[in-house]
Formats: sequence, C-alpha cells, structure tokens
Amino acid sequence: MKPLLEVKNLHTHFLTDDGLVKAVGGISYDLHEGETLGLVGESGCGKSVSALSILRLIPNPPGKVVEGEVFFEGRDLMKVSEDEIREVRGNKIAMIFQEPMTSLNPVLTIGYQIAEPLTLHKGLSKEESWKEAGELLTKVQIPEAAARLRAYPHLFSGGMRQRVMIAMGLGCNPKLIIADEPTTALDVTIQAQLLELMKGLTRDFGTALIIITHNLGVVARYADRVNVMYAGRIVEKGSAKEIYGDPRHPYTIGLMASVPRLDMDVKKKLIPIEGQPPDLLHIPAGCAFRPRCNYAVEKCQEVIPELTTLADKHEVACWVDVRRN
Amino acid sequence: MSEEIKNNGVLVEVKDLKVHFPIFRGLIRKKKVGDVKAVDGVDFQILTGETLGLVGESGCGKTTTGRAILQLDRPTGGQVFFEDTEISSLEEGELRPLRRRMSMIFQDPFGSLDPRMTAGDIIGEPLVIHNICSSKAEYRDQVEELLLIVGLDPIMADRYPHEFSGGQRQRIGVARALSVRPSFIVCDEPISALDVSIQAQIINLLEDLQEEFNLTYLFIAHDLSVVRHISDRIAVMYLGDIVEIATRRDLYRNPLHPYTRALLSAIPIPDPVVEAEREHIIIQGEVPSPFNPPSGCKFHPRCINARPSCSQEIPRLQKIEGQEHWVSCEDYLRAG
Ligand SMILES: Nc1ncnc2c1ncn2[C@@H]1O[C@H](COP(=O)(O)OP(=O)(O)OP(=O)(O)O)[C@@H](O)[C@H]1O
Ligand SMILES: Nc1ncnc2c1ncn2[C@@H]1O[C@H](COP(=O)(O)OP(=O)(O)OP(=O)(O)O)[C@@H](O)[C@H]1O
Ligand SMILES: [Mg+2]
Ligand SMILES: [Mg+2]
Repeated sequence: MKPLLEVKNLHTHFLTDDGLVKAVGGISYDLHEGETLGLVGESGCGKSVSALSILRLIPNPPGKVVEGEVFFEGRDLMKVSEDEIREVRGNKIAMIFQEPMTSLNPVLTIGYQIAEPLTLHKGLSKEESWKEAGELLTKVQIPEAAARLRAYPHLFSGGMRQRVMIAMGLGCNPKLIIADEPTTALDVTIQAQLLELMKGLTRDFGTALIIITHNLGVVARYADRVNVMYAGRIVEKGSAKEIYGDPRHPYTIGLMASVPRLDMDVKKKLIPIEGQPPDLLHIPAGCAFRPRCNYAVEKCQEVIPELTTLADKHEVACWVDVRRN
Repeated sequence: MSEEIKNNGVLVEVKDLKVHFPIFRGLIRKKKVGDVKAVDGVDFQILTGETLGLVGESGCGKTTTGRAILQLDRPTGGQVFFEDTEISSLEEGELRPLRRRMSMIFQDPFGSLDPRMTAGDIIGEPLVIHNICSSKAEYRDQVEELLLIVGLDPIMADRYPHEFSGGQRQRIGVARALSVRPSFIVCDEPISALDVSIQAQIINLLEDLQEEFNLTYLFIAHDLSVVRHISDRIAVMYLGDIVEIATRRDLYRNPLHPYTRALLSAIPIPDPVVEAEREHIIIQGEVPSPFNPPSGCKFHPRCINARPSCSQEIPRLQKIEGQEHWVSCEDYLRAG
C-alpha cells in the first residue's frame, strides 16, 4: 500500500541577523493510514519546523523550504497552489499546537470558531454547522457541549481549549493529525485523557497521527513508529519496539539512559548526556552529535553519516556500530 | 542505596498546616468574597537526610506548602516545626538565624534569576544578606567554591544570566540555594523547564550534593517518574490535602488511594512492551477550583470507586497498621 505521507529530503532554513539557521537539514520518512508516528528530540532540534514545513506554514521571510518533496495522497504539497494547500490544511491535515490560546481567537465564540470552517469546507448551512460543532464538542468529551458553544475561549481551561482545538481538527475528518506537544503544558491526568482521545481516532477512523514530543514515555505508549531527531536531522528511525528495545544511535541510547522510569524499583544513577544541544547556527562539521558522543571516531568529525538500514525498516545514521563498543 | 527509611530523627514537622489566600472582588470597594484554601490542613514529617517527594496536579498547593514551611507564606493555621523549634509562631527577627538553615530552588531558571546581576553576585547575595563573609576575599573564595561545587567554571562568575543555558542557570540557582550552607532545601520543580538530556545532569547534581552535605529535600514535581527516582518517601496532594504518603516502593507497588492509582497510570513508561501490558486508568473531568472545592472527599466527583457517602464524609489521613503508609480514603479504610 502506498503511504499516506511521504517526506523526501526536506530542508528548511531561516535567514536571521546572526546567520543561516539550518533548522531542518534533509529529513525523509513515510507514514501510512492509521499509523502513529512519534517525533522526538530536544528543544530546537527542528521538530516543529519540520511539521510546519509540511503544511507550508513557515513564515517567509525569514524561513524557507529550500529543498524537498512532501507527497500527500499522491500530490507534492510543496508544489500545489495556494488554494490547494489551504484546502489540505482545512480539510485533510489538522495541526494541533502546544499553546491552544494563541490558536483560538479570543473575541469569537467557541461555536463560531468550530462551525465557520465547516460551512467553508463542507458547505454546511449555519444551522447544520452549529449542530455539528455541538456534536464535535461532545466527541472530545466536553460536558454540556451545546451550552458551551456560546462561550468565549478565556472561560475554558487549558485542557478544554486543547479539546476545542482537537474538535476543530476533527471537523473535516482529517486523514492526518499533527499534534505538536499538544499536552506538554497540561496536567498529567488531562494529558492522558487527550492522548487517549487522539489515539482512539486512529483506531476508529484510520486517521494517521504524528505526535511531536520530548517525552519518551508518551512515544512508547502511543507510537507505532519513531523518528529521533538531532540538530535538524533524523538520526534514527524504526518501529517503537526496535527503537526502545534495541537503540543503535548513541544519542538515542543516551536519551534512554537519562530518563528515570516509573517502574524502576532500585535507585539507579541516571546517566546524563554531557554538554548542550547544539546551536543550529553553528552545527559542528561531520556528525552533529559528535561533541557529546562517547563512541565518536575520527571519521565522525569529517563526514555526516547518512541513515542506513539495519533490519526491517530500522535505520540509523552513525559511523560506529555501538554493539561492538 | 537501600529501600529502608532513613531514620536520623525528624527535621521538619508540619501539623494541620493551613494556608488560605483571601479572594477579593470589585475594583473600587474591594470586598472579600472567600478564600482559596491552597493548603487545607496537612500533616507530615520530613526526616533528616531524606528526600520527601511532593506530587500532584497544578494548583493543588505544592509550592504553597513548600513556601509555608520556609515561612515565605505565613500559615493561616497549624504549626511548622524545624528541628524542635516551632517556627510558624516566630517573628521575622527571630526567624532570621533559622533562615540560613533552609533555602529554595525554583522551577523557572529563566525567570528566577535577576537579569541585571552577575552569576557571582546572584550566588553570593545570601552571603551578604546573612553577613557570612568577613572580607571581600573570603566572599570571592566562597562564590568560586560554590561555582565549582555545581559544576560551573569560576570564570563564569562575571557573566550575566542571559549568557547561560537553561541547565547552567539552574546550576546557578542551586549554588545560590547552597550558599548559606542550609540543611534543608525545598526543590520546587527544579527540572521541569529543562531539556530531557539536561534534566539528568541536575538530578544527579542534587543527589550528589545531598550525599556530600547531608541535605534534606522536599522535592516538588508533577512528574511521578522523576519524583520516584529521587525520593525516599512520597506524598500525594490533591486540592490542598495530602491523600497518601508512602515509601517510594510502596507507593508504586501498593498505591491505595484511587487518585494515586490514576496518577501513576497516567505516567507512561518509556518502554513499549511494558506499556502494551499496563492497565491504563483514565480519570475523567478536571481538577475542580480550590475556591469552591467539592464536599466530603474532594476527589469524589472524579473517583471511579466513589460511593454516596464519599460526598459527605471528609476523609482523614490515617496510618496503615504496621506500615509507613498513610492514606485518606474512607472507602479504602472501611474495606481494608
Ligand atoms: N521564525 C524563526 N526564525 C528564526 N529561526 C527559527 C524560527 N523558527 C524556528 N527557528 C529555529 O529553528 C530551529 C528549530 O526550531 P523548532 O521550533 O522546530 O524546534 P523544536 O524541535 O520544535 O523545539 P521545541 O521542542 O523547543 O519546540 C531552532 O533553532 C529555532 O531557533
Ligand atoms: N499569593 C496567592 N494569592 C492567591 N492565591 C494563590 C496565591 N498563591 C497561590 N494561590 C492559589 O493557591 C492554589 C495553590 O497554588 P500553588 O502554587 O501552591 O499550587 P502548585 O501545586 O504549586 O501548582 P503548580 O504545579 O501549578 O506549580 C492555587 O489555586 C493558586 O492559584
Ligand atoms: Mg516545537
Ligand atoms: Mg508550584
């Protein structure tokens, strides 16, 4: 079966006063219908920019997708017209952001904001669209949904606003939901509610889901596949089982060893990754992770390692075979 | 590290601690309309040399509890003992010498440091306030030593906060908290704002310092996996109350309060094989406002085990016979 989404060699740069920021430096991946992909990596590694690039939402200037193709249902989104991309954003791919308040308009009612796109994209009448908006709020488990339609966003808690964003995303039965740290600012019990809600959609409607997060636990619980990003590139990708059970990139291995696990009975020292994440203005030559890497050899300093396939779709970009060390 | 409870006596004891904040309405004629019961009668002890973890969702009163112990927020009711002194009834002047023995590390390494002060002055300020150094040279030496202790280069003393990364700023916060040589530190979400790979650096630093200086911690966080990692015992808070206290092992192995179970279940474990087999209890609804909390057991509207009586009877924290384990759930205690 053809993938729903194929990202090929995507590069996104920002021209800033300080210089050229290579936020995304050539990433490729596929996603099939109903699949959940986890995109993990530290702050500033290019997760959000890579997602925004897919929807052509990069502010230009200073940013620009300088190379690459993004095939979605057979079309290259980088080449389609403005009208077509708007249609994709409204109808096919829903994006949910970390801070829902900035994505909701404070002077418009919740109902209006959910109903309006339905009249635009689905051609519903005003009455029909408000009825559907009420149903959508019920679907995202907002109590007394019909009554809440007339409320303004500031009356909603952070968790409820995020539900509204999901409801808006669902309005047009999207094929793909991109959730960019949708729950990071929320309490853990609310995080769990929302993630379950989104995961339920992939099961019930075959929606594909990209979860962007720095939480390795969230990825382990919900993702089928994982892309680990570092300094604008994917350094390892594979099924969640492979990535967690048999990590092969020193960065992935380092991340796993640095987070405490709830089920760890014995107090064991964490092993941090030394140093800082790189500044994308000054990405080191060769492998960007080299300055923090315990396995580095001379070659790492000179040549950027490309992703190579180990087994069954498990790919890693590293010159060293970590199992031999 | 052993699983036994460290027992070198009690350093901090809190009895029926209450912190209520008055709520006013109206712009011109301010009228008191009620209280936020941020901390609503909690009891616990912190043993010398241990880390007591404090978890719970946003707004449940964790920071306020920490601040009330340090007397930064003065309690509305109840008592706080430090060693054997009841500090909640002391005047500010009498508190001063004790303030040297306690300090706090804050969540936000970006907001909590004064941007106009150098790292060295931020770290050294408490030394000046408490008149700890007798000469300029001694002050400089102490600041230098503090920088080294937290893993920073002493030449960084002259730099300003914006020149440091998040992890480095948090190290500055730690150095400042250590400067007065305290025996007790409230760590208020010290790693929440940091990158994953940097979080472990700060956790390890706090653990090493605890060992080296025999520190006692109250460690506040949302993330139970971090809290379980660092704590000897853990207290779970909900809407101003402590609902369960247990050792790190018992809290995970044998959680008794339905809220604790839900919290544990909401934390994913970074292992897809384990996750596939875990039971996921998803509690519904949101945390109610502390301004107008539910009657009886405050958790009853979200509780999957709630009975009619739970909306009337206010549960009290009670010890489980023969265990270092306390729970506040009438349903459990009746059944148990
Ligand atoms: N509008 C912009 N102008 C200049 N640089 C930008 C802009 N947006 C993003 N960048 C840069 O691109 C890089 C990648 O940013 P991105 O937001 O994708 O990171 P991220 O992985 O999503 O991080 P986080 O986990 O903090 O959200 C960063 O170095 C950032 O500074
Ligand atoms: N100075 C104050 N005046 C009025 N209300 C306050 C004050 N400080 C705290 N509160 C309220 O008291 C309650 C408990 O707040 P607190 O900061 O202790 O919670 P917390 O558990 O630390 O939450 P978080 O996890 O978000 O830091 C909240 O409802 C808060 O709004
Ligand atoms: Mg981002
Ligand atoms: Mg707090």
